[in-house]
Amino acid sequence: MKLFQRLVPWILLAVALFILPAALDDFRLNLFGRYFALAITALAIDLIWGYTGLLSLGQGIFFSLGGYAVAMYLMLNTKSLAGGNGIPKFFENYGVAELPFFWKPFWSPAFTLIALWVIPAVVAGLVGWLIFRNRIKGVYFSIITQAALMVFFHFFNGQQKLFDGTNGLKTSTSELFGQLVGSPDMQVVFYRLTVILLPLAFLVCRYFTTGRFGDALIAIRDDETRFRFAGFNSVPFKTIVFLVAGALCGISGALYTVQSGIVSPQYMSISFSIEMVIWVAVGGRGTLVGPIIGATLVNYLRSLVSEALPEAWLFVQGALFIFVVVLMPDGIYGWVTNGGLKSLLAAFGIAKKAKTYPRLDEEALPVD
Amino acid sequence: MSMSEPLLELNDVSVSFDGFYALTDLSMKLYKGELKSIIGPNGAGKTTFLDVITGKVRPTKGSVTFKGQSLLGVSEQKISRQGIGRKFQTPRVFENLSVLRNLELAASPVKNAFSLLGSRLPQSAKDEVHRIMNYVGLAPFASVKAGSLSHGQKQWLAIASLVAQAPEVLLLDEPVAGLTDEETLRTAELIKSLAGDHTVVVIEHDMEFIRDLDFDVTVLHQGQVLTEGPLDQVKADPRVIEVYLGPPEQ
Repeated sequence: MKLFQRLVPWILLAVALFILPAALDDFRLNLFGRYFALAITALAIDLIWGYTGLLSLGQGIFFSLGGYAVAMYLMLNTKSLAGGNGIPKFFENYGVAELPFFWKPFWSPAFTLIALWVIPAVVAGLVGWLIFRNRIKGVYFSIITQAALMVFFHFFNGQQKLFDGTNGLKTSTSELFGQLVGSPDMQVVFYRLTVILLPLAFLVCRYFTTGRFGDALIAIRDDETRFRFAGFNSVPFKTIVFLVAGALCGISGALYTVQSGIVSPQYMSISFSIEMVIWVAVGGRGTLVGPIIGATLVNYLRSLVSEALPEAWLFVQGALFIFVVVLMPDGIYGWVTNGGLKSLLAAFGIAKKAKTYPRLDEEALPVD
Repeated sequence: MSMSEPLLELNDVSVSFDGFYALTDLSMKLYKGELKSIIGPNGAGKTTFLDVITGKVRPTKGSVTFKGQSLLGVSEQKISRQGIGRKFQTPRVFENLSVLRNLELAASPVKNAFSLLGSRLPQSAKDEVHRIMNYVGLAPFASVKAGSLSHGQKQWLAIASLVAQAPEVLLLDEPVAGLTDEETLRTAELIKSLAGDHTVVVIEHDMEFIRDLDFDVTVLHQGQVLTEGPLDQVKADPRVIEVYLGPPEQ
C-alpha cells in the first residue's frame, strides 16, 4: 500500500503524458492541456492564500503578462502575420510604424523564455513589497490587488497601439519551428510541456511550504503580529512568496495562451481572477494536491456544462462554490483526507467498525 | 554599562489616543535581573505600557531606552531581537503548527527569510526546545497542532515560546488568566525559575498569583505609577484601596 502510494504521482504523470494523448481526441486533449496550465495558477494562489493567508484577487495580471510575452514573441516571428514594416499587422492598422521599444527584445526566443516569468515576478515583487511594507493586509490587500488588476485591464484594453487593445494578441495563426501554433501536432507538444511543468511547479511550491520557511508562512497566516514579536520581519517572507506566485502565474499564462490561441485583456477581467480563487477553494487550500484537483475539475465541469447548457455555467459555478464553502470548508482534497470518504461509506452502512474501544494511553497524558 | 544603570528606562512617557491619555508622564526603571509585578484597575494603562516598550505603540512624548539605546521608532521585530520578549494577554500561538514547530520557530537564532529556506535548526536550539517542552509538560503533545490544545496548555505554550526566544527581558501580560489553581501554581514556579538570568515583568489581576511570585509590586493608575513596594505594603496603602474599591463613604 505504501509502495502504491509512492507510485501514484508517477502513475498519474504517465497517464497524463502517454495515455490521455492516445485516448482523447485533439480537441479534448487541448482542453486538458489548458486545465493543467490553469492548475499552475491554482498552485500559485494556494502558495500565497492557502499557506500565507494573502488572498490576492489580482493574479490575472501576472497570468496575462506571461501570456502577452509569449504571444508577442510568436507574432513577431511569424512572417505571415507581418505587415509592410516587418512588424505585426495590427500596428499598421493603428498607424504605428515602428515596434514600441519595450517589445523589441521579444524578437529573441531566449529573452522571451526568461521574460515570461521574470517580468511577472518583478511586477509581483514590487507591488507586493510596497503593499506589505506598509502593513496592508486582510481584506485591504484583496481590494488593492483587485484595483491593480483593473488598472492593468484598462491599460491593456485601451492601448491599441501597444497591445492591440481589446482584440488581444492571437497566437493560433502564428508559427513556431515552421509549424502553425494552432495545429494539432504543436498542441500535443504544448500539452506535454504543460504536463511536465505542472509537477515542477508543484515541487517549487513544496520547496517553499515545507521546512522552516513553510512553518514561517503558516505562522504569518495564523498570527502575523505574534510572528513579528518572535523577532521575524514578515515583509520579506510575504514578498518572496508573492514574487514566486507571480512567476508561476506568468508561466501558467504563457502555457494557457499558446493552447487557447489568444491572449486578451479578458484574462485580466475581475471575474477570471476570482474564478482562480474558487478553483483553490474547491480543491482544498493549504494542500498542494488540492489546487490541482480543483483547477482541473472545475474547468472540466465548466466545459461539460457549457457544451450542454451554455447559459447555466455561472449558476453551477456559484452553487459549487457555496456547496464547497458550506459543506467542505477544506475543499475536496481536505474532505477526502479528513475521512470524508469514510463518513460517506458509513452513511451507506459499509464502514469498517472499530474492533475495540481505543485504549486509553495513560502515558500520553501529561504528567500532573 | 555600569551596574547601576537601568536596563530599561521609561522617562516621562505619555500615550494619547485621540486625546485620551492611556499613559501620563510615566517614568519607570528596570534593572538587570529585576522582577516586577504590575497591577492596576482596568484601564490603568498596563497593556499600553507593554505596547510602548515592544514597539507596538509609539509614545506621544517621552523616551524609552534599552541598554542606553532609544527604542522609539524601532520595529517590533528589531526590539524582539534586541532581547525584549512579550507574551500577550490572550495566549497567542500558531494554531496550525505543532507544539514542537511553534517552539522551534521561536527558538530559531536565524530570523532572516532567505536563511530560513536552506538552514536547519542547530542542535543546541533543538535541545533547548526539548528541555523547555519537558519543563512545561508539553512533550507528549509535541506533534499536536497548537490549535487543539486546551486554554491552559496554550498559555504554557505561549510562555514556553517566549522562553525559547531567549530574551533578556520577559514581559508577561496576564500569564495565568483562565488557568486552574494548580496550573497557576505551576506557572508561578515556572516564572520564578526564570528569575536570576532574566529580568521579568508580570502584569496580573490574580492577587494569589502575585503573592506566589513574591516580586515587588508596582501599582498603575490612570497611566501613572501610584505606588511601589512589597505586596503587603502596597495592599495596605489607602490610595491603592481607594482606586480598587472606590472612595471611602463619607
